[in-house]
Amino acid sequence: MTGRVAFAAIGVALALATAFAAPPARAERLIVSVSNHRVTVTPNYSGEELVLFGSVEKDSATPSSRNAYDLVVTVSGPHADMVTRRKERKFGIWINTDYRQFLQVPTYLALFSNRPFEAIASPEVERRQQLGLNNVLLTQRVGPDYADVVPNDAFRSAFVRLRSEHGLYREDTSAVTFLTPTLFRTGIPLPAEVPIGTYDVEIKLFADGALVTHTETTFEIVKVGFEQFVATTARRNGLAYGLVTVFLALMTGWMASIVFRRD
Amino acid sequence: MQLYLPIADIPVNVFLILAMGAAVGFVSGMFGIGGGFLMTPLLIFIGIAPAVAVASVASHIAASSFSGALSYWRRRAIDPALAAVLLCGGTIGTALGVWTFTLLRSLGQLDLMIALSYVVLLTTVGGLMFWEGLRAMLRARRGVTVPLRRSGSHGWIHGLPLKMRFKRSKIYLSVIPVVVVGIIIGFIGAVMGVGGGFILVPIMIYLLRVPTATVIGTSMVLTLVTMLFATMLHAVTNHLVDAVLALILMVGGVTGAQFGARAGQKIRGEHLRLLLGLLILAVGIRFAIELVLRPDDLFTIREAGGAG
Repeated sequence: MTGRVAFAAIGVALALATAFAAPPARAERLIVSVSNHRVTVTPNYSGEELVLFGSVEKDSATPSSRNAYDLVVTVSGPHADMVTRRKERKFGIWINTDYRQFLQVPTYLALFSNRPFEAIASPEVERRQQLGLNNVLLTQRVGPDYADVVPNDAFRSAFVRLRSEHGLYREDTSAVTFLTPTLFRTGIPLPAEVPIGTYDVEIKLFADGALVTHTETTFEIVKVGFEQFVATTARRNGLAYGLVTVFLALMTGWMASIVFRRD
Repeated sequence: MQLYLPIADIPVNVFLILAMGAAVGFVSGMFGIGGGFLMTPLLIFIGIAPAVAVASVASHIAASSFSGALSYWRRRAIDPALAAVLLCGGTIGTALGVWTFTLLRSLGQLDLMIALSYVVLLTTVGGLMFWEGLRAMLRARRGVTVPLRRSGSHGWIHGLPLKMRFKRSKIYLSVIPVVVVGIIIGFIGAVMGVGGGFILVPIMIYLLRVPTATVIGTSMVLTLVTMLFATMLHAVTNHLVDAVLALILMVGGVTGAQFGARAGQKIRGEHLRLLLGLLILAVGIRFAIELVLRPDDLFTIREAGGAG
């Protein structure tokens, strides 16, 4: 116990010492790491939770008064075009009438912070830094134009809501915890149906309502072994894959008729 | 036991899929239908993408109809000549169906057309079969002996030219209606993503007057060939056949089909038709309700390009 206190004391002393030293042209630095950079999808894969660790490294440029930091972590999965359709009642039946196409939006999107976004920054900064699902840019094709719309647009909010229901879009303003004033961690839950691909993690550090610095890291979700083999064969050798499946079907059918034969 | 499906990209419970395969296989073996119209909605219900479900179910149906066809073949309950003529029409119908499928897809109303055709076809066929089965049962209960169809009582269909003798079925019939029936089944199968057995069986019994003994086996051959064709088509064009999912379904399906076939032989014909009619009707009504009732969620998301 005493050792740790002593260590912390030295740390604070060092921080103070560097703060008073001559200021070089650098401020805080973010050092982060995720618990696993390569999530492998195996036959018994059913979702996982990664942990992101990091620390804020102060240096001589850091104003001495600055001690409270805010952190926003944005995790975005592989991008894809998505279509949201709306049903309407016509001739007594419910049919898809209107639709919007979302262009190259993340298939997985998670936003984590240590406190509510509106407490971290002004609405202007929130919008510019895309803090929160309401402020994330989701480009739609509107006629010939490409644009994002207001957060309460019916199609946009339905899109975010449906993705959230599957755990693929999430926002948690209490997920980031500061273990010490400069050391933080957050969990990144990945549901079972999470898409395969590369995930970008962007970590933004805020102080006094302004962005101080940011850093990025990535992790990937990959299929390995048998899953990988099946998926690539299906894509690259459709004909062979089809023939194998057909053969499998015939064999299974034939085996069954042999096994269960009674006459 | 959870297993991750490589193409569907979701983990599923193996035993649940096996059970679903077995249940549908039982029904298909019992009635001599593919069971695609039951399996596809079930898979979609547990969260598998519709396009993957349709593509993988095709190979599952192929497996159960092959196992069924083999045992019917041993019992000499397949009419090869009839199957061959039906297949001629079936191939043309499938090609037409794929063409229509693409056309509807470009118009953006494919989903609606599929749902509507499910409702119309299933309720009509189911309702007719149920009604016919009920009448036959009531007649049997009242002790009225059903006058057997005399070989001379032919409809207009039997007056058509190009007659051909189908030895195994002991019928002498024009090939024109047989080819037309094949075209219709192939067309419906391609557009709706089903084998079409549930329509083929009643058509063969009531319209072509094929004896019940060879109907189911022959219909299975048609289903087998169309579904093998469909599997290849899906694998080559869309790459959406999930072989792992298909294999689990197949194993469950063929097992179920064997027991189903045995159960089917113990049940009397009119009871069988009544049950099948009821089942088809129920699925049709379910689709109708889905169209008419306000859905829980008016919005749906789909990945553009990938799924149809």
